[in-house]
Amino acid sequence: MNPAASVIIFTVFSGFGFGLLALLGFGCSGAQGWSAFFLWGLGYGFAVVGLLASVTHLGNPQRAWRAFSQWKSSWLSREGIGALTTLFCLAPAALGAIFGLPIWSVFGPIGGLLAVMTVFTTSMIYAQLQSVPRWNHACVPLMFASFMAAGGLIVLGQLGQALMGLGLLALVLIVGFWIGDSQFPARAQTIAKATGLGHMGALRLFEAGHTSENYLMREMIYVVGRKHRMKLRVIAVVLACFVPMLLIAAGQGGDIARGLGLLSHLCGACVARWLFFAEAEHVVGLYYDQR
Amino acid sequence: MTCLPSLTDKKLGLVIDLDTCVGCQACVTACKGWNDQGYGAPLSDQEAYGEAPNGVFLNRVHSYEAQPLDAPAQIVNFPRSCLHCDDAPCVTVCPTGASYKRVEDGIVLVNEDACIGCGLCAWACPYGAREMDADAGVMKKCTLCVDRIYNENLQPIDREPACVRTCPTGARHFGDLGDPNSKVSQLVTARGGYNLMPDLGTKPTNKYLPPRLKDRQSARPDQASLLAPLLDIEAKGFAGWLDRILGKIS
Repeated sequence: MNPAASVIIFTVFSGFGFGLLALLGFGCSGAQGWSAFFLWGLGYGFAVVGLLASVTHLGNPQRAWRAFSQWKSSWLSREGIGALTTLFCLAPAALGAIFGLPIWSVFGPIGGLLAVMTVFTTSMIYAQLQSVPRWNHACVPLMFASFMAAGGLIVLGQLGQALMGLGLLALVLIVGFWIGDSQFPARAQTIAKATGLGHMGALRLFEAGHTSENYLMREMIYVVGRKHRMKLRVIAVVLACFVPMLLIAAGQGGDIARGLGLLSHLCGACVARWLFFAEAEHVVGLYYDQR
Repeated sequence: MTCLPSLTDKKLGLVIDLDTCVGCQACVTACKGWNDQGYGAPLSDQEAYGEAPNGVFLNRVHSYEAQPLDAPAQIVNFPRSCLHCDDAPCVTVCPTGASYKRVEDGIVLVNEDACIGCGLCAWACPYGAREMDADAGVMKKCTLCVDRIYNENLQPIDREPACVRTCPTGARHFGDLGDPNSKVSQLVTARGGYNLMPDLGTKPTNKYLPPRLKDRQSARPDQASLLAPLLDIEAKGFAGWLDRILGKIS
């Protein structure tokens, strides 16, 4: 699948933003005043930038409001509704923390729960697609949830919690790569099933019917990314998990160490998300005899 | 709404005969031609006369080579377009309700005024039936020529999809696949029509008819070439003399 910058920024930024907001909502930080303003601002900033990036992905962004209507069937619609509801629901909690009105924090846990649900709906946009076997697996929501937790814990968790979150993320990523690799073969979708001509002999594409690339090939047959997949996987896990772990451990959970760790984590998350798209193979590639 | 209807009154669709299709691309051209001017945003092209021309097509014809173990390879031309599935995954993923399946005839359509161009439906379709129009930013797909089949301004003979109307070999058939007595349903029964990627559970309406088995020449050596006796040409005159002399040298 095409790793478009807009969807990478959308999923990474909003995932981190909602992760931080969820922990803030659950009351993991006792920050007040300016430090609360900074933390909530960081969460809101990332979540909103991520959502805006997703809007730039659209062919007709002026109609984006229509995406709130189909919650009954569409995970993408649920994601939009979840995101906005979370942001509105947490606003009183944020203002309460900044201006010292503890009673408003009752909105926090509800908003935190909504944030978790929102990230789940984001992951289901991809995990629901049978046409992309690598994504159509429970490890995708687990991966999104792990990123959400790890990102939030880098900022807010105690030293041990941050390290544990990052360690868990590394494990989920590695297992996810391993499971993901076996998904396309496991579905047994082949050029023979795609065309129904398997009984005639070994099949290959003779002519694609058109001489230049088209939307389908640009969007769903992204072969470039797989050349360096192993190196990129190592880079992703090291940057997203191991470097932040080392920095935070070395800095004894200090603010500068956490800041640098977060920077590295987000870079690693972008690499991992780029791979998430670039590695995923769509079954339509079978008609082109390419994956 | 993007929830699928549990039942449609009709199941209009295509039956494509892979035995008869010669891969002439006439259906591709007719489809592009008709959908440039009727329903919805015209199918656009980018760099149509440039170095890398590309554009939207609702129907593309691939050719495959099937190589049996013990016989010559065979070419099969394979038109690929929307299958108007009963359980269309492209419909349910749509966040705006732009994508829908009609209750009256089962045609899967896009309301382009509500389409935000997110592209998720194209991702959800296993068959590559949907393509985003780079010009209009909305999703395009086969409409089963909904603006032809009910169009009373056309002659009755023209009230079928452009691809079917134009096919010079009669490889494309249009009708109600929900009615077991319709011509297309009988064709499917008679010829063993099948679904593409059936285990994905999309329940396509369109059916494909398999190529008929070709006659195979016997592999016996004495029948290997019927022309063998004729190939033994004996030269006469000067050429014959030269042939004999040269034959003796080695």
